Amino acid sequence: MAQSSALPAEQYNFDIVRRFMIVAMVYGVLGMAVGLYIACELAWPFLNFDIPAITFGRLRPVHTSLVIFGFGGSALFATSYYIVQRTCQARLAFPWLAEFTFWGWTAGVALGVLTYMAGFSQGKEYAEFEWPLDIAITLVWVCYILVYVETVRRRSQPHIYVANWFFLAFLLAVALLHIFNNLAVPVSLVKSYSLFAGVQDAMTQWWYGHNAVGFFLTAAFLGMMYYFVPKQAGRPVYSYRLSIIHFWALIFLYMWAGGHHLHWTALPDWVSTLSATFSVLLLMPSWGGMINGIMTLSGAWDKLRSDPIMLFLITSLSFYGMSTFEGPLMSLKSVNALSHYTDWTIGHVHSGALGWVALVSFGSFYHLMPRLYETRMYSQTLIYVHFWLATIGIVLYITSMWIAGIGQGLMLRSFDDYGNLAYTFIETVEFMHTPYIWRALGGAFFVAGALVMVYNMVMTARAARTERAALEAKLAAKLAKA
Amino acid sequence: MRHEQVETNSALMLLLILAVISVGGLVEIVPLFSINETIEKVDGVRPNTPLELRGRDIYIREGCYLCHSQMIRPFRDEWLRYGHYSLAAESQYDHPFQWGSKRTGPDLARVGGKYSNQWHVQHMKAPRSVVPQSIMPNYPWLLTTDLDYSSVADRMRALRVTGVPYSLTQQEYDANVKRFGPAVADQLDINKAEDNLLKEARDKNFDGIPGQVTEMDAMVAYLQSLGTMVDFTKYDEGYFATFR
Repeated sequence: MAQSSALPAEQYNFDIVRRFMIVAMVYGVLGMAVGLYIACELAWPFLNFDIPAITFGRLRPVHTSLVIFGFGGSALFATSYYIVQRTCQARLAFPWLAEFTFWGWTAGVALGVLTYMAGFSQGKEYAEFEWPLDIAITLVWVCYILVYVETVRRRSQPHIYVANWFFLAFLLAVALLHIFNNLAVPVSLVKSYSLFAGVQDAMTQWWYGHNAVGFFLTAAFLGMMYYFVPKQAGRPVYSYRLSIIHFWALIFLYMWAGGHHLHWTALPDWVSTLSATFSVLLLMPSWGGMINGIMTLSGAWDKLRSDPIMLFLITSLSFYGMSTFEGPLMSLKSVNALSHYTDWTIGHVHSGALGWVALVSFGSFYHLMPRLYETRMYSQTLIYVHFWLATIGIVLYITSMWIAGIGQGLMLRSFDDYGNLAYTFIETVEFMHTPYIWRALGGAFFVAGALVMVYNMVMTARAARTERAALEAKLAAKLAKA
Repeated sequence: MRHEQVETNSALMLLLILAVISVGGLVEIVPLFSINETIEKVDGVRPNTPLELRGRDIYIREGCYLCHSQMIRPFRDEWLRYGHYSLAAESQYDHPFQWGSKRTGPDLARVGGKYSNQWHVQHMKAPRSVVPQSIMPNYPWLLTTDLDYSSVADRMRALRVTGVPYSLTQQEYDANVKRFGPAVADQLDINKAEDNLLKEARDKNFDGIPGQVTEMDAMVAYLQSLGTMVDFTKYDEGYFATFR
């Protein structure tokens, strides 16, 4: 154990963690800003400006890819590379491959969103990248798996820590989903046709789409949670047994749930019913994770009063609990008949994406910043400011989407006394104008919060540089004297 | 087996994870390819003509599916608003499917034939000039951009590989004549793709500009084809329910 006496920053590869964290914030702010812009386009359509590259239809995948793959993906690379080193007490394996995953991922996302703006799209939600990029991403992913698994294999203790179970499941599942959903026959470098058609394509797509949520945005972020919540709380995970049960149940059940995106469609009823059943069951492992995370704080609840990072982490778990309750509810066929095709779905996604995924990432980054830069956060107050901006933004966002979605759903299915439709479609569009403005306002709050965080991080990094320079000067002076 | 064995052995853990995550997809997706009732037995559904196909490509390029669904559900309000609920058969040649997941605008599964070509052109050029409350972006460039049809045969060839019955050989052509009739079979002939495309665009002049084949021609041709292929008066009520 000659290594253990070294400083963590020297023992581990923190450089790549730092860089992925920075990229995550850059893509995050960009992606959220694009989201805000397209929200405004829906409220004020003149903002499309007759420019093909920035019309809603082309920018929407730019938004989803930037936040899911750019922000979420890079945040997962950063935290998983950090966690796997810390919990395995081993330096990141294959440094060259790890380096390749950084450049590959960063360039892949950038290229992808530029190609969307140029009009190249596979036409499948959250899988819009054309085939050459899909292949490039697969390559990066395989390298990610190699680096991660080899680091786990080089661990200096017998047990694999629970956070890594979630990351391993995420690595394998995303590979499986990505490969099968993107099978296509190319026409040219920028155009291909999905190998599957109609109903089979739809089911493959939502098997992918729902598990992009289940594994990319849930399992992996649970991995993040399982490291940073106990660390920040200074307490062990609440229940080891619960973590085993909910891990296996979660990864098993999630894969069955995708069909609930296709209720009442031409998908055969048996698949749709099966998916709904498993979606309801999914509530249990989801809440298992939430309870395990929140209860980790038992005996240290006072931290919520004094530690803004803890606020981020615990609030994220609360939103996780909320949206994983809402999800099974919406997967019931009777509820789905109303909610499907409406903004309720958009609100639901964002309570998960902003409330859970983004908040847990922000909390983890605030935890990481001082450790990666060997200094203190520039401002605690700004962390609070960020927290409240983000929380108010989320609440505005999801309530306006509940109003828009449930309102539209109810309007579309109402009849007058003679049995005719009470509203035309366009009347529902008119009705949604006001909630769309409130949604954009919510988004603006959230983006503002993220900008506050970027400022706080930049100032912290700067302070770290001056501190380091001062320390080096002192050391040099001492050496000169000696 | 104690969990301790799993969490101390990375290979075992990876293997178990792989097994556990594979089940759902295997049970729910694989049978969709083999169960015969998955796609209804119905006449009339044909692959897109070359011009419609290019229109569909543009539909995907512009991300129309992000605001418009093409999947009518079996509810009374949807029946009154859009028509008969969508069949799996109606999207059997759709690579990828365009069912959509959000209706920021109305469903388009049966928009074909509901409005005139002229209305579509005006609506896409400036939606608010025909529907004042609309929030759809303007698509004026569809009317000013010449349609690139040079790759249409390649596109049909690729779709043929996925299983769409576009014909390359005489044998395939004959099979299409038997299956769809000679008029449709001609349209599905890859060897005549460009000629067919130009002929359809010129004969029907969807965009209202004579002598010029624009992206609007293709787009309107595609929209006008949506949901028109099955003649529902030919089937008894309840026939399609037997497939669900």
